[in-house]
Amino acid sequence: MTTLLQPVRRSSQARTAPPPRRSSPQLRRRRLIEGALFWALILPNLLAIVVFGYYPTVYNFVLSFTDWDFVQPAPVVVGLDNYIELFQSGSMLMDALRNTAIFVLVAVVGTLFGGMAIGALLAQRLRFSGLVRTLAFAPHMLPGAAVGVLWLFMFDPNYGLSRWLFSMFGMESPHWTTTSDFSLWSITIAYAWQRLGFVAIIYYTAILDLPKDIYEAAALDGARGWPLFRYITLPLLSPVTFFLTVTGIIAAAQTFDIIATLTMGGPGTSSTTLPWMIYDQAFVDFNIGTSAATATVMFVLLLVVTLVQTKYASKQVHYS
Amino acid sequence: MSLTLDRKDDPATSAHTTPPEQPPRSRDQGSGHGKRKGRRQGPRRPLPATMALYVLIAATFALFAIPLYWLFSSALKPEHEIYTYPLTWIPSTLEWSNFAEAWTSAPFGAFLRNSIITTVVGTGLEIGVALLSAYAFAFVYFRGKMLVFALMVGSLMLPGHITLLVNYITISNLGWLNTYQGLILPGIGSAFAMFLIYQQMRQVPEELVDAARVDGASHMRRMHAVVIPICRPMILTATLIVLITKWNDFVWPLIVTSTSDMRTLPIGLMFLRSQEGYDAWGPVMAGTVIVAAPMLIVFFLAQRRIIGGITAGALKG
Repeated sequence: MTTLLQPVRRSSQARTAPPPRRSSPQLRRRRLIEGALFWALILPNLLAIVVFGYYPTVYNFVLSFTDWDFVQPAPVVVGLDNYIELFQSGSMLMDALRNTAIFVLVAVVGTLFGGMAIGALLAQRLRFSGLVRTLAFAPHMLPGAAVGVLWLFMFDPNYGLSRWLFSMFGMESPHWTTTSDFSLWSITIAYAWQRLGFVAIIYYTAILDLPKDIYEAAALDGARGWPLFRYITLPLLSPVTFFLTVTGIIAAAQTFDIIATLTMGGPGTSSTTLPWMIYDQAFVDFNIGTSAATATVMFVLLLVVTLVQTKYASKQVHYS
Repeated sequence: MSLTLDRKDDPATSAHTTPPEQPPRSRDQGSGHGKRKGRRQGPRRPLPATMALYVLIAATFALFAIPLYWLFSSALKPEHEIYTYPLTWIPSTLEWSNFAEAWTSAPFGAFLRNSIITTVVGTGLEIGVALLSAYAFAFVYFRGKMLVFALMVGSLMLPGHITLLVNYITISNLGWLNTYQGLILPGIGSAFAMFLIYQQMRQVPEELVDAARVDGASHMRRMHAVVIPICRPMILTATLIVLITKWNDFVWPLIVTSTSDMRTLPIGLMFLRSQEGYDAWGPVMAGTVIVAAPMLIVFFLAQRRIIGGITAGALKG
């Protein structure tokens, strides 16, 4: 019995390699049993992923060519109407795209710069830096709803920390969440605060893992300070920066809970991003077709980002 | 064994880095970081530079500590100290009634119960299916299984918001709106946790699994008695990450529940805010503490494991 089954090898090729080519009925039976066991083991997970992951994606695409409000007996096919409407200038989608682009750009770039600075600072191994590391990472663990409500209070122009901060400069706090000039900034700030510590810890870990011999060589050449950082550390960190950029874009573009608790996409559409619009169209206005079409647009955009990542993702260092 | 060898090697090969009595935390973050040493080489840092660095550390500390302190202190302030300016930094008395008020003005007991049920059951199911499928991919022979693997891991590319609408329709057709199965089941498919555990399972020494097989142990017994115990650290890490994700989940519980007795805590927090209006900040902050505290406790208890798992996933994945 035991000789018929290939021993498990370490590499995936060896593990998937077929058993010896002697095709006996016994072996065939053995393989059948293994195959059945394989499907039995992965079935629950596969089923959940197909039913609640792939099928909805496909069916959402179908729904984007229909008009429905949950009440009518069945969705009505309207062809490309939803998309034509969405891409008219001045449509809600245009606002949402612009807001999402600003939110993602500022949040990602801001956390990259801030996170790299804090990560480099923590890597100096000063006293108390362990405590700061823990504190910085903590917001990343919190529910976005809690972060949103906390910042809602901090942004309160009368009783929040915002008033205290602005009064130090002799200024009045803006009405962050209730005026359209500031609402998008309020969600951006709250989100960036939550993510900053995560980015910082990733950089911190990456900096400590950098190859020491390069630094020893650089020290012999007398390099230190800013040039050392600019021409050695920064290029060595570029794979991490690339990874954080891509995953940062994907994560930020899907932010929902902070928006739901801080501004609810408002006032007007001033802080409506793609995820909020998808929710709002489907579950507040019951425009199922519009929501599905918006979700498809978002999916395509994120897919492009993911494909760029898989194409260019490498552990190589980019000196530029 | 290898760890101790590493530590003996290091000071010898790089004698001018900090000796081994540096803080022990570097050893605890997984073998990948075992060679971590402070980069304090060359001349000592001049005093002004050190002071500047400490100012920066203090600023970073303030950036994260002040909002968190504000959250906890406001939850304990009497009402008149919330509505004053200049701000009160330290509550004169600890006003625990904010918690009582939050608890009674919204059904926080039900929120807490729902959050615990959906998080614990959902995490158990997700880790369960992740373990089974990771074992199948690592140890069970099936031609073309890596295609199935790619299909499952590929689901990581699907953004949550594209599945939202159809999952709502599916759950509605099943008659599961506003039920625990409706809250839990769409979230049990596991690509990320499966991937983490699968990677760990591939590191299991094959001699061990072979020995168990020769002894006549079935797949189930090999998984239970050999593979899972060896992979326990990674399974624990994956469990914690899944647990936190589920506790913090927002948009799905928001749309699938329709009555306050089925809401989870993050949704209930939103509910509390609308109930209290924008101005009863004491109880609202107390409610926020109730929502946030469990995850903070989990994090402080297991922060090395959590940070290690998340950064390893980010840097090596």
